Amino acid sequence: MSLLLTLAVDTPQFLPQQIAFGIIATISVLSALKLVTTSNVVHAALYLVLVLASVAALYVLLAAEFVAATQVLVYIGAVMVLMLFGVMLTRAQIGAEEGLDHEQRWIGALVALFLLGIMSFALVDHFGDERLPENIVPQQTAEVSDEIFSTYIVPFEAISVLLLAALIGAIVVARRD
Amino acid sequence: MLLNEFLLLAAVLFAIGVYGVLSRRNGVLVLMSIELILNSVNINLVAFGTYNGDVAGQVFALFIIAVAAAEVGVGLAIVLLIYRNRRSIDVAEADLLKG
Repeated sequence: MSLLLTLAVDTPQFLPQQIAFGIIATISVLSALKLVTTSNVVHAALYLVLVLASVAALYVLLAAEFVAATQVLVYIGAVMVLMLFGVMLTRAQIGAEEGLDHEQRWIGALVALFLLGIMSFALVDHFGDERLPENIVPQQTAEVSDEIFSTYIVPFEAISVLLLAALIGAIVVARRD
Repeated sequence: MLLNEFLLLAAVLFAIGVYGVLSRRNGVLVLMSIELILNSVNINLVAFGTYNGDVAGQVFALFIIAVAAAEVGVGLAIVLLIYRNRRSIDVAEADLLKG
């Protein structure tokens, strides 16, 4: 965290963005940590909303406003409702709950720290202090849609079929008969 | 802004998500941690797209959002089925393949 914050204050001409990034990064990391450690399932869902919202704010910071809008609509709107339905239908108890974690969760923590160490070493080693372009252009929504419906039309159609298949599959799997 | 700020933040979120998947027993919480992992990958894609001045990163981020929605639907259906059959969504108890 302190690494991210020290990185965030080295370019004076982008100070507002840097401050915004620092705040967003702090919120997202803290609520992600609470998400994986809290003992209340509904609180975990609310922390997930915080993480998703701060990721949407990051997309705005990167001038990807259509992705940010989609993130809010699909993740915070639809996926979170699905998650809360899942919590409700599996009868989570109200309030704190025992036994949400494995006993050997330190192995998981070890694996995660190992992964984080390797990834940050590789990132710092390879990208060093590469900068994002000085003049990021917002309003790329038209370009994004042009790309989706020209270059990436085949993956787009494949994803449409995938969504349909997932929809039918979910109904078939979950229905009582 | 440095490119590495975004990449390191995504790496931190990814590691937290991996810890969540490995340490949680509740199936719904495991799915939430998987959402965390998918989101960190999306941050990477959008950051690289901005870095290269190319909208392809955003296009793939949108594709991943669509795939994640499909994944959550099927995943929750499976969790519901496990709950209905075993009266518990402890992923550590679903060990019929152990032999």
